[in-house]
Amino acid sequence: MNAKAERIIQVHHVTRVEGHGNIEVKIKDGRVEECQWQVVEAPRFFEAMLRGRKWYEAAHLTSRICGICSIGHTICSLKATEAAMGIAVSEQTAQVRKLLLHAENLQSHLLHLGYLVLPDLLEKPSVIPLAQTHGEQVLLVIGLHRLANEMSDRLGGRTTHPQRPVVGGFARWPTTEEMETLSQKLESARTDVMALADFLGSLIEKFPRFARETEYIALTHPAEYALYEGHIGSTDDGQWPVEQYKGIVNEYLVPHSTAKFTRHKRAAYMVGALARLNLNYDKLSPGAKEIAGKLGLKPINSNPFMNNAAQLVEVVHCFEDSLRLLRDLHARGLKDERPAVSVKAGRGTGAVEVPRGILFHEYEYNKDGEIVWANCVIPTNQNHGNIQMDLEAFVDQIKERPTEQVELMAEMLVRAYDPCISCSTH
Amino acid sequence: MEKAKVAFFDFASCEGDQLQVINLEEDLLKVVEAVEIVSFREAMKGHSDDYDIAFVEGSVTRRSDEARLKEIRKNAKVLVALGACATLGGVNLLKNFQEAENVRKFVYGDKAFQYETYPARPLKAVVPVDIDIHGCPINRHEFVMVFKSLLLGKKPEIPNYPVCVECKMAESICVFEMGMTCLGPVTRAGCGACCVTEGSYCWGCRGLVDNPNADSQREVLAKYGLGLRDILNKFRLYSGFSEVAQ
Ligand code: SF4
Ligand code: SF4
Ligand code: SF4
Repeated sequence: MNAKAERIIQVHHVTRVEGHGNIEVKIKDGRVEECQWQVVEAPRFFEAMLRGRKWYEAAHLTSRICGICSIGHTICSLKATEAAMGIAVSEQTAQVRKLLLHAENLQSHLLHLGYLVLPDLLEKPSVIPLAQTHGEQVLLVIGLHRLANEMSDRLGGRTTHPQRPVVGGFARWPTTEEMETLSQKLESARTDVMALADFLGSLIEKFPRFARETEYIALTHPAEYALYEGHIGSTDDGQWPVEQYKGIVNEYLVPHSTAKFTRHKRAAYMVGALARLNLNYDKLSPGAKEIAGKLGLKPINSNPFMNNAAQLVEVVHCFEDSLRLLRDLHARGLKDERPAVSVKAGRGTGAVEVPRGILFHEYEYNKDGEIVWANCVIPTNQNHGNIQMDLEAFVDQIKERPTEQVELMAEMLVRAYDPCISCSTH
Repeated sequence: MEKAKVAFFDFASCEGDQLQVINLEEDLLKVVEAVEIVSFREAMKGHSDDYDIAFVEGSVTRRSDEARLKEIRKNAKVLVALGACATLGGVNLLKNFQEAENVRKFVYGDKAFQYETYPARPLKAVVPVDIDIHGCPINRHEFVMVFKSLLLGKKPEIPNYPVCVECKMAESICVFEMGMTCLGPVTRAGCGACCVTEGSYCWGCRGLVDNPNADSQREVLAKYGLGLRDILNKFRLYSGFSEVAQ
């Protein structure tokens, strides 16, 4: 390879991610002259569209920000409305919502690891040829993915854009039989989960060795691995109530991207499975810790490729914690609670951890229960800045390699973040 | 026989409809067996412009996107709109009812001029569409039904009667009886009235039946205490592009 030559790498668009994003790199005389992560997805203007909508429509609408994390958007939206109107939900509601978040995490992580990342590790363009070469493992992924979706169906009403969760609780509860069937199915899937974890774990060596220190931000909670509730936490230092999210995210615009970027104290920060693991490792379920141990994953890990490994650890965690929650609900018996809502004016913030990281919704309501102002900050927006900085450092590290390899590895880096690009141009 | 070549594309959307295709799970392997998938950015690397059937998700919201859609139309023998954003404009249309500059400024502030957009529209406002698969999201069984019909060279049968028919078959209690409102009487069936059975009501995501008696629906809604603005907003949630909401 002639080191003097100018090499241009253009990936339009990065594949096996959700939405449209490009990578542009120029290497000249052995130096990386340009390196840019660009979001070119069409903006959708949800925050503006929310204005004038009623309190009972907000979750239905914002669920449509993202197909993959529609449950997370729904729950975050409900929490924002509940905070604005001072509505407290029951323990039972909180628990079924937690189960729904687990279902979504499982579905999303399995999709990402099994369908989008695995082809990289086995050097194939997609999961389709793997059905021939790794039939058993592909069926394992599909089986668990189906189970996660079934969990969303049974608890939320539908796999995507759930109808049952509403302001104040649930419009319909799962039946005792449904919960029991679910428990049984999860219980008998235990060996499959562990087999998949072992298989994916055995490929972990294939991820590039790379590290760049950054700040990790996620919800954190004294009693549990925070997904549904908690304070905003940072690996740098500090904890803040979710209402103060604006002081953390500091959204800003860049000309080459239709999605907003964010930064806290450093130039960028990261959210998602790796951020959660870095902050809340102690609260992982026993089996999840065991897998983390096998993968050599402990806080603070600053290799973004290990976000994949952290997702795998979370698959085990969500799976085990779902069984715990189901047992608990069963022991107490499901009550047919009806949500009680009294509409009033106010402003409120909701925050939950969705598969790709911390999500915020904030709404202001008038006295008729109509939204007059809205703001949504999506995980992938919070990762764009960190993707850019990782890309710069990583491309510099691998710049001597053949062009096709640089291209492939740069794509792998973006994919490790599991970006939800259409979500980030909400 | 040579396998049909199939491609997936998306415009302004949440990709929830393509996700339903992935959610076919084991059946997806059968779909993949039956055809050759040449482009599916969300799931595979590689792309070809040589395809017979294009499934397109999402609305057109930028003039600059029209060329891409027209290209897809040119390449495809059959163009299928996938989901409400593509068939109706879907929730994206809500922004059309607000002042355009104000919408951009509300989201992007003083840099609004950098962000291209125009009133959101369904695919058929830009190119001819052969088949609509309705819903937000689409129903995966309906997808398989349409898919099979296409491979057999038949026109799929999409219901043209209201959701109420399926709702009665599901033996749900009509939500009007409980003081709620519902767009079931004017919305195209095919979803099994799943929102009603799951504790909600019909939001109209499958669009209007071909000859909706929309005026009588307005009367029904008004009878149950909703003002004109509420009614318009209800219609607008999914069917903003049709005349009813104008
Ligand atoms: S129709 Fe619904 S599910 Fe499909 S892209 Fe639009 S918002 Fe998403
Ligand atoms: S609940 Fe809705 S869909 Fe069902 S019968 Fe009543 S109006 Fe029709
Ligand atoms: S009941 Fe109405 S809103 Fe629900 S899926 Fe069917 S058509 Fe769509």
